[in-house]
Amino acid sequence: MLRITGGQVYDPANNVHGVVRDLCIENGRVVADVSGGRTIDASGMIVFPGGVDVHTHVAGAALNFARGMIPEQQRMARAITRSKVQRAGIGGSTPTTFATGYLYAGLGYTTVNEAAVPILSARHTHEELHDTPILDKSCCALMANNELLLDLFEAGEFEKAREVTAWLIYAAKAYGVKAVNPGGVTGWKWGKDCKGLHDVVPGYNKVTPGKIISALAKIVDDLGLPHPLHLHCNNLGAPGNFTTTLETMKLLEGNRAHMAHLQYHSYGGDDWYTMKSESATIAEYFNAHPNLTTDAGAVLFGDTVTITADGPWQHLLYKLTGKKWGNIDVENETGCGVVPYVYKEKNLVNAVQWAVGLELLLLINDPWRVFLTTDHPNGAAFWRYPEIIQLLMSSEFRKEELKKLAPKAMKRIILPELTREYTLSEIAIITSAGPARALGLKQKGHLGIGADADVAIFNAGKDVARMFSYPRYVIKSGEVVIEEGEIRKTVDGKGFLVKPHYDPKIEDYIRPLFQQVYTMSFDNYPVEMSRIMHPDIQPCMPHNL
Amino acid sequence: MHASQSMTKTILTLKKAPHVPLEAEVISPDVFSTLTHDAVCGLTVFLGKRQLRLDEFFDVEGPGSENIEIHGDAARVKWIGKTMTRGSIKVHGNAGMHLGAYMKGGSIEVTGNASDWVGGEMKGGFIRVAGDAGGLLGAAYRGSVTGMSGGTILIGGIAGTELGMRMKRGTIVIGGAVRDFAGLQMKGGTIVLMSGAELRTGAWMARGTIISLKPIKLMPTFGQACTYVPTFLQMYARHLNTLGFSLPCDLKNGFYQRFTGDSSVPGKGEILVWQPASSSRGS
Repeated sequence: MLRITGGQVYDPANNVHGVVRDLCIENGRVVADVSGGRTIDASGMIVFPGGVDVHTHVAGAALNFARGMIPEQQRMARAITRSKVQRAGIGGSTPTTFATGYLYAGLGYTTVNEAAVPILSARHTHEELHDTPILDKSCCALMANNELLLDLFEAGEFEKAREVTAWLIYAAKAYGVKAVNPGGVTGWKWGKDCKGLHDVVPGYNKVTPGKIISALAKIVDDLGLPHPLHLHCNNLGAPGNFTTTLETMKLLEGNRAHMAHLQYHSYGGDDWYTMKSESATIAEYFNAHPNLTTDAGAVLFGDTVTITADGPWQHLLYKLTGKKWGNIDVENETGCGVVPYVYKEKNLVNAVQWAVGLELLLLINDPWRVFLTTDHPNGAAFWRYPEIIQLLMSSEFRKEELKKLAPKAMKRIILPELTREYTLSEIAIITSAGPARALGLKQKGHLGIGADADVAIFNAGKDVARMFSYPRYVIKSGEVVIEEGEIRKTVDGKGFLVKPHYDPKIEDYIRPLFQQVYTMSFDNYPVEMSRIMHPDIQPCMPHNL
Repeated sequence: MHASQSMTKTILTLKKAPHVPLEAEVISPDVFSTLTHDAVCGLTVFLGKRQLRLDEFFDVEGPGSENIEIHGDAARVKWIGKTMTRGSIKVHGNAGMHLGAYMKGGSIEVTGNASDWVGGEMKGGFIRVAGDAGGLLGAAYRGSVTGMSGGTILIGGIAGTELGMRMKRGTIVIGGAVRDFAGLQMKGGTIVLMSGAELRTGAWMARGTIISLKPIKLMPTFGQACTYVPTFLQMYARHLNTLGFSLPCDLKNGFYQRFTGDSSVPGKGEILVWQPASSSRGS
């Protein structure tokens, strides 16, 4: 039992904006009242629902590959020493599993969505998520280059594709469906890519990225998954790619979709020398189409490592940097590329990327549809979120930061013209209430009666970056895990997953095909439920827009 | 190098060589300079996973200062002078791995031998080892793109493999013979080999200069360019003379054969091999 008194509560989902009121917690839930138990005096502090990250990469084969590839960054990374409550680890751009839990919780975040899991390495991913304490976790399985599905799309067998998708989701113990560069990663296995929505996927005659996107968005809605199709569009990172992004959004009319890291998809210009921001065009379309949600995928300057299933893009990035490159093939399903990268203020392209992330957050009117992410670790490590919050809350601070850019960059961006400043309520929406709603997690992102008691309490102060970097208290499932900026207790997190309806007979179709084309045995493929720590199956309800 | 009699010193005398390597990156003028005697004694060193006080291993004499002397066999004391920017460290005896790693300034002298990774990724400063050194001297740490990027390392004796790996600037002079892969993936700077090297010298080198006073076996990816005595060498020789190494650069005594490579990268590095006048007349 716990009572938090005197704090200014920000609970935008329940229309509470900075009201001083008590918050009572019992058995891991928010309740109307408690008698007895501990009381936390939160006078002069602000009380937020625990943060929810809609798009991050914190576990799995690709991330582990990246960890191995950057010893030079890890030597410089923050060390986390062992204590009675925490295990040793390191921070940096790809923190170790336990450290990931501590660092997220250290920002007041309590739920994360691992955004890209190849089904073949889902077991590994769940093992790592198992070792990521405090946080509740969900993950999205990569489907848009899965050749079992592409074969069915080629044959026009939509119904069967839906059954196979449902089976695959549950086999991966996933929560949602992720599409990365639909068709393009399959094309990469032929040394090619799919940049346009109407390019025919190499190895196929009829399948195009456009067809894959439409089919998957419809399948996800038909199956009634709580989270819409989580889409990383074609042509990521390329100058002039905003036209592909617009076309993709038009294609999605009539379905729900979450547009991942929109920053990387909002560039104009013809090449690297003329690249500019097209965030205004993208935001204008986005504002008018409520079927879509997005996350910023914002960039901050400094060292990081980029990790994505988008193999062809990573090869191009490697050609640009000339440094390291890792490439992984995941048979029949997807690929992956890893490239360490430094975003530099004086680099024109990087300056545009930095500005576009912030522009999208400022130009999209409805905070319930745009969320704070850096596509961790691609744009910057998640523990740098407070820096972005500071940029969003102060146009003066943005002005100061703009001075660091190359003067040439000013003509390529519109950030200097934007004066909007986020309020604390809006920050609570983009870091918690909004992503929780987009993920369809009804018990997260708010502090109403019955909600999960995940709470972050910050010292109210003028230095926003500092305030959000060091919460005074973080409460997870009713347990005080962080107090006075220190980890006091580590608790286990839940694993969210879904079990969409499918006809069990679909296995008769998958099994022989699988035995033919995979190097793994069919029976070893699905992840056992026992691998998921505290599984929590969320209901599926068909969505009709 | 410019020690005056009146300066304060901190003298560390090893009580007993540790049975496993002791990680002692606190032994640095930057750390010691402002500390009292007691504070120096209480600095933390790591023996395996155990955190212990410096004075459990060393007798400490004098207050903290910018001039540190170490006595006793410190062959198992790692990271001496890590990241130091000023002052001096004199080791009377041997020093352990990572001596002067990441250092930016100041000087380190060792009267005995040093181990691997002397001056790893150092940016500036001066290291002199009278005896032998291990491998990976002035090299890039695992995963890093750039090794040593400034400063000077002088070794009186022999050295191990991969010396100057990925080095970008600075000077390395080795009195004795060195082993394989000297100047591996070198990007700049100068390596002087007074007694030659074993195999694959300059493999993957992109730029930089390797000077050998003894004939060395070159890889087929190095081509002979010319014979000459470059002007810069005369200045270099004068400088090295003050440090106790004599580099021949008088045409009367011979000339250098210049080889360029490594063409498998392809690189624009050079290897200069000294040909004494007598041997060139003989051929």
